[in-house]
Amino acid sequence: MEFQFDWQAAIDSIPYLLKGVPYTLLISFGGLAIGFALGIFFGLLSINKKWFLRWPATIYIEIFRGTPILVQVLFIFYGLPDLIGGPIDPLAAGIAAIALNSGAYISEVVRGGVQSIDKGQSEAGLSLGLSRPQTFWSIVWPQAFRRMIPPLGNQAIVSIKDTSLFSVIGVGELVRQGQVYIANTFTAFEVYFVVAIMYLCITLSLSLLLRFAERRGLAST
Amino acid sequence: MTDIVSMQRLNKYFGDLHVLKDIDLTVKPGEVVVIIGASGSGKSTLIRCVNGLEEYESGALTVDSEKLAPKGSSQKALATIRKEVGMVFQQFNLFPHLTVQKNIMLAPMKVKEVDKSAAAKTAMRLLDRVGIGSQADKYPSQLSGGQQQRVAIARALAMEPRLMLFDEPTSALDPEMIGEVLDVMRGLAKEGMTMMVVTHEMGFAREVADRVIYIHEGQIVEEGKPEDVFDNPQNERTQSFLSRVLKH
Repeated sequence: MEFQFDWQAAIDSIPYLLKGVPYTLLISFGGLAIGFALGIFFGLLSINKKWFLRWPATIYIEIFRGTPILVQVLFIFYGLPDLIGGPIDPLAAGIAAIALNSGAYISEVVRGGVQSIDKGQSEAGLSLGLSRPQTFWSIVWPQAFRRMIPPLGNQAIVSIKDTSLFSVIGVGELVRQGQVYIANTFTAFEVYFVVAIMYLCITLSLSLLLRFAERRGLAST
Repeated sequence: MTDIVSMQRLNKYFGDLHVLKDIDLTVKPGEVVVIIGASGSGKSTLIRCVNGLEEYESGALTVDSEKLAPKGSSQKALATIRKEVGMVFQQFNLFPHLTVQKNIMLAPMKVKEVDKSAAAKTAMRLLDRVGIGSQADKYPSQLSGGQQQRVAIARALAMEPRLMLFDEPTSALDPEMIGEVLDVMRGLAKEGMTMMVVTHEMGFAREVADRVIYIHEGQIVEEGKPEDVFDNPQNERTQSFLSRVLKH
């Protein structure tokens, strides 16, 4: 029997699969937004001189970088309800997992970015009479952030793809939609092909956007 | 008049390394003090203590009537001093993400809460003074080293400091650009600015300094008027240092 790619089946699946895209985007970017905040917070803690501020950051980063995101989301969705005594919305669990996981990686990006800025920059700020926070936020951070754009973009793409794992907790994101559709039509090849293309569309547009942002950011340094 | 800077038996260590040994030094308003010495002698560390970029271990330091305590001063004391003390670095340390004009406007706006248009006006006046008014909208990386260092001087002057520290301001410059930076410094000295200058430019030291200090291995071994230090050094270490740097 010769396999034939069924174009009609692929096209027919699109409207149903598209319903998953908003969930994929919501989990990715909702999670990344919180992850960015966590990353700034823990990233800056991790370069603090005081050990009792540095340690919590290190522990957080190592735990969430050192365990699989699949385990993390299963833990949040199936494990945490035992602790808090009530069910957790799968969408919230997905966002939380992306937030905590990307936050750990972004902490490292923030740390690297800030540490890459020459010490002379803060010395110049301080010697002009700026306070430490002023020196950091108006001199060091803007320069560090520019250097962080490429690795942040990288993390965003990783996190978008990570959301595909959340089909296991039943969030109606892209992969989950695909699985449900295939269960009725048995057109796995065509449907996963379309699913892959949809991920590519999301990640490629993000790449283009980032390249644009990078070029604009770097033009002035 | 009271001294702007007064150091008494100041000692500074980097770990086990004793970098400044019992430094006694005063600077009077309007004085230009040039500090010379070999690399690693502690001369940069010495002026970095004056605005608290380096902490010291023992002794006493008063800058502009404000005491800087050993082993870390209060942020308040540091803030007070740094408002009155400008610093120019070997590597310029301009802010690469800001235009030349914004480099100069930043501190007056953040620290003195000068409004934007006044800060912009001051910046332009200072840029004209150091001879690069036409470069105001460029970014530092678009300027030559000499121009960048002149911007750095203007940036420090924008805070209207009572004392200017220069940490080898021409050491990172190509030879043809050294003159333009020294000219600006010469002008400042002529206007009565109090200056502490660490430099290897002996011609400048001889011409502009009111007092020359020679540091050897963390100690002041010779101090005096430039003509005395350069033409008739008493300490044999000064003699050998000068014979090495003045020969070529």
